[in-house]
Amino acid sequence: MRAFDYRAPTTLTEVLALLAQAKGEVRPLVGGTDLIPQLREGRKRPALVLDLKRIPDLGRLEYDPDMGLRIGAAVTCSAVAAHPQVRRHYAALAQAAALVGSRAIQNRASIGGNICNASPSADTVPPLLCLSARAFVAGGRGQREVELERFFQGPGKTILAKDELLVEVVVPPPAKRSASCYLRFTPRAEMDIAVAGVAALIVLDGGRQCQEARLALAAVAPRPLRVPTAEAALKGRALDAQALEEAGELAAQAAQPITDIRGGAEYRRRLVRVLTRQALEQCLAALQAGQR
Amino acid sequence: MATSTKGAKVRPSAATKGNATPAARAVSSKQAAARSSKVSPPVKKAPAQRPPAPKPAPAAAKAAPARQPPAPKPAPAAAKAAPARQPPAPKPAPAAAKTAPARQPPAPKPAPAAAKTAPARQPPAPKPAPAAAKAEPSRADGRVFRVIGQRVEKVDALERVTGQAVFGADIALPDMLWAKVLRSPYAHARIKRIDFTAALHHPGVRAVVTAAHLPPLESKGALQTGEVPIDVASLRELVLASKKVRFHGQPVAAVAATDPYTAAEALELIRVDYEPLPVVESALEAMKPGAPLVHDDLYTQSLGEKARAASNVATHIQLERGDVQAGFGQAAVVVEESYETAMVHQGYLEPQAAAASVDAAGRVTVWTTTQGAFTTKLQLCAILGLSHSRVRVVPLEVGGGFGGKISVVVEPLCVLLARQTGRPVKLVLTRDEVLRATGPGCPSFITLKAGAKKDGTLTAIVGRLVYDAGAFPGAPVAAGCVAGSGSYRVPNLRLEGYDVVTNKPRVQAYRAPGAPQAAFAFESIMDQLAEKLGLDPLELRRRNATGEGDPLANDQTLPRVGLKQLLERVAKHPCWTRPLPEEPGRARGRGLALGCWLGAALTSSCHLLLNADGSVVLNLGSVDLTGTRTAMAQIVAEELRLEPDRVQVRVADTDTVGYNDVSAGSRTTYVTGAAVRQACQDVLGQLKARAAERLEVPADQVEFRDGAFAVTGAKKKGITYLELARTSLRRGGPVMGRGTAAGLPQAPAYAAHVVEVEVDRSTGKVSILKYTAFQDVGRAVNPTQVEGQIQGAVAQGVGWALTEGYSWHRGVLRNPSLLDYRMPTALDLPFIAIELVQVPAAAGPYGVRGVGEVPIVPPTAAIANAIYRAVGVRLKALPMTPEAIFMALQGPEVKPAPVAAVAARR
Ligand SMILES: Cc1cc2nc3c(=O)[nH]c(=O)nc-3n(C[C@H](O)[C@H](O)[C@H](O)COP(=O)(O)OP(=O)(O)OC[C@H]3O[C@@H](n4cnc5c(N)ncnc54)[C@H](O)[C@@H]3O)c2cc1C
Repeated sequence: MRAFDYRAPTTLTEVLALLAQAKGEVRPLVGGTDLIPQLREGRKRPALVLDLKRIPDLGRLEYDPDMGLRIGAAVTCSAVAAHPQVRRHYAALAQAAALVGSRAIQNRASIGGNICNASPSADTVPPLLCLSARAFVAGGRGQREVELERFFQGPGKTILAKDELLVEVVVPPPAKRSASCYLRFTPRAEMDIAVAGVAALIVLDGGRQCQEARLALAAVAPRPLRVPTAEAALKGRALDAQALEEAGELAAQAAQPITDIRGGAEYRRRLVRVLTRQALEQCLAALQAGQR
Repeated sequence: MATSTKGAKVRPSAATKGNATPAARAVSSKQAAARSSKVSPPVKKAPAQRPPAPKPAPAAAKAAPARQPPAPKPAPAAAKAAPARQPPAPKPAPAAAKTAPARQPPAPKPAPAAAKTAPARQPPAPKPAPAAAKAEPSRADGRVFRVIGQRVEKVDALERVTGQAVFGADIALPDMLWAKVLRSPYAHARIKRIDFTAALHHPGVRAVVTAAHLPPLESKGALQTGEVPIDVASLRELVLASKKVRFHGQPVAAVAATDPYTAAEALELIRVDYEPLPVVESALEAMKPGAPLVHDDLYTQSLGEKARAASNVATHIQLERGDVQAGFGQAAVVVEESYETAMVHQGYLEPQAAAASVDAAGRVTVWTTTQGAFTTKLQLCAILGLSHSRVRVVPLEVGGGFGGKISVVVEPLCVLLARQTGRPVKLVLTRDEVLRATGPGCPSFITLKAGAKKDGTLTAIVGRLVYDAGAFPGAPVAAGCVAGSGSYRVPNLRLEGYDVVTNKPRVQAYRAPGAPQAAFAFESIMDQLAEKLGLDPLELRRRNATGEGDPLANDQTLPRVGLKQLLERVAKHPCWTRPLPEEPGRARGRGLALGCWLGAALTSSCHLLLNADGSVVLNLGSVDLTGTRTAMAQIVAEELRLEPDRVQVRVADTDTVGYNDVSAGSRTTYVTGAAVRQACQDVLGQLKARAAERLEVPADQVEFRDGAFAVTGAKKKGITYLELARTSLRRGGPVMGRGTAAGLPQAPAYAAHVVEVEVDRSTGKVSILKYTAFQDVGRAVNPTQVEGQIQGAVAQGVGWALTEGYSWHRGVLRNPSLLDYRMPTALDLPFIAIELVQVPAAAGPYGVRGVGEVPIVPPTAAIANAIYRAVGVRLKALPMTPEAIFMALQGPEVKPAPVAAVAARR
């Protein structure tokens, strides 16, 4: 581990000023559950570590029926998993947040950190993609807003410029008769990383017909992946077993898994198929149970 | 493990005999110091003798909580005491013990309000009698015990839960420097040149050492350090590689600096020129002609003959009896199969950590977390050329060892650097280093062929066991052969064992070293045989179980053991007899496997000092890995008729007690227990002599009864123990008892495990629904601690079975973290129920057997057998990951025979 400077400003203005002036690499810090191991192992060697936790705005988690959900960049996974409206309206996100690491990890880990670390296996990202989340970014050249789907460029790579940071994530209000679900597979019950993960969201018309469907995958491509083929195939269809099976197949085809220490490509593809079907089944079950 | 390989055709490993104990090499140490005199500060006043930062412990805080009533135990006392009251004989357990609710998972009870609110400073006054006094006495061999067999609270629980216990990384010495290790980036390469000038000039750096700083070895050969002999020349290379690196992560240099970060920075400034060599990763590849040679000068010792050409096979042994060909001729069914187990890590939580200081006169003190202080000292003296009188090793608490903390790893580097700098040096490894380079458990390839008659009687077994030692010879293949076959009476047996080197870290002992590998094969093939024969797996094992008088593979004859009694217990237990709960769509199966482990005996010693108030101090040479302090306090309390809290147990350093072997080989309660008992007898003998003087009778007419020394047979009360203790300050002087145990026979232990699993066919994931471990423990001195040992071993075994395994890419470890080297978490494990059977060992104290190792032997095969019964696929390689099971499930499905249908029948 290299020596570095540490600052913990209390306003966004200060943060932006520090980012603008910084000489070497700057790493924002929230929970540190990704960053601290990376520093220790020498995988990241920033000159300055910028703690965002003391900025009140970044800790805000708010739900409004008209505006939707706003998640400040420093909001923890625990807070999201426990939030009644998140659990009710954005089930997939609450489920994912409750899967990250373990209780202890969730108490420190932020949704923002999960996004900015840009791991292909980040659990909270596929649900956010299904939920059409948008990222708010601030930097030297002012603020900008991007669809979260466009935020990722590859493993560990985002669109953030050197002097930029993620400020908050905004999720639009849920559609009527919609449900979402996130499932992942890990060999262990906790303290593990997804071998494959699938988030699903469906919107039904008055009956069992699918008005809209969204699917996003974790850990089977260089970045979190939407599955337009499967989404199109589901749209306008009655969601019977055959439809779900086909969606699973299309998702498996869309996946671009690699073989690594956590799983073989073929196995990951098969998992995507199984998890897609199961996630869609759970969405249907939730709608039937009248959760929404 | 100390499995002897006697028998005509068997030869021990290449290690030569003799204890390399070179004399002090003051010259070489001075030379080494001179070489880097530029950076070495003048030798300072001896900081060595200062104790590790004493942690001031407020007496009140220490005493008070201990006096609080023990939290209510989940099970009623009667149920808990049940196993202890069982007759030691091979009788079936009384019905009461079987229905006792003790086996159920303890309901999570909130701590009693009293315990929470009680102020720490509470006067210790109304002292409730310790658990031991309340519980009913236990019996064995016609003797009634007060303390042995009771669930006495851990005597050092308070220090541990409050964080006051001092572990390796807690050491802080004045002026201390921090060390870091430069490791090989190649799995196999020649070291051409090392240039550390730039590192030496880095601000904050005080010294750099390489293999050139190690004195030449005075004598080669093996150190008999306990379980497995340690070859001194190999050890030296493992500490610092000299001409060649043989595995990725092998130490090449070490730096001492003012802080660990500076030391790490300096590593990057050391330039090493390597000439990469071809890598051989798998033992089977390494055995092929033309494979790259890990050592140019290693010649196979085959059945006592040394080969002419160099090879990666260090040793070839053969254990044989009867006529296997004739045996297979009598067989009605024959099964042949190959199995594979992965390299696994012991998974101790605490990384290797040590500190050393060298005083002006060159006297060395080492504080370390180790399984054996004395064996650490022997190793240090051998590779650093030090006189035994100039090295003191202070053992600290051990955060897990399981065999992995016997060989020195960090200690010699601390000593070298401390000697160079004149300042204390501390080194704590990272998890990455621990996984890559400290010495995991060995992987294996095993092929077995087994034949049996129609009624299940085994007629012959032939096996080829290839154990991968990593970069230097010494895989525990002999022990594997003996333990693997040790549960069965096989008239015709031939086992060939190979100890093979590869470009991987040198393996170290891991809990019953060698046995889980072999048991995976033997216990899997027994199930395969059972299926082919249409026999219940338990029944097949009952018909072939070994017992007293039967020969082991190495021709050793079994003393009294409890395997048959164990199997009777299993046959009657609901975990085996009750039908599997069926649920539509769920694939469930039940599996059984046995385990055998001989354990080690070796040497232990202790001192017992009598205080003037009758309390005692026990100085042990055995480090406490498993609750030794508590068990030994129980033995002293039993023998001297004291309460356990009147016994202060200390783990002493090497200047304080007599030689003591490692805490390993399941030997501590068995052998150290014998030494402690002898020390008690010594104290009582001395007190008897004093009493006799006062009673004016010969000493042999005095007996110790009800806490007093009286004339044998006479009614008069005599002189109390307390009175003698009090007057010992003036009359006769202090009383000190001495105990030594050496040369006890081994006390083999057996285990039988039953597991129920559910397999998710869509992902291949296995969930363990229920686990019951049966074990013959001889006598459980403290059942709670015994159960803890068994549960811990099963947890490790589940890891071997399902998720743990080193993954390699051209000799580079791909999963050097606890994320990708997956040990099971609490959520991955079921409650592990324990059934103790107590068939007393023939020798040793109270019938005690070693308990710590054998329970890691059965889990892998028990789980493999259960998976097979659940989904019809037999996994022959460990770990049985979800992916491996899923892929196996894609093949043709097999309908397994139902199990336990005939279990209770005979
Ligand atoms: C034991 C363990 C288990 C884990 N299990 C899981 C798991 O199951 N699933 C999973 O998805 N992850 C898991 N993780 C990874 C990690 O916990 C998550 O990614 C977490 O959400 C990261 O949040 P953090 O607040 O700790 O991020 P930090 O470590 O503080 O930051 C992560 C990265 O993002 C950058 N960053 C943070 N905030 C911003 C910002 N506002 N703008 C720009 N850059 C920013 C940091 O500089 C850093 O590079 C695990 C980690 C550990 C240690």
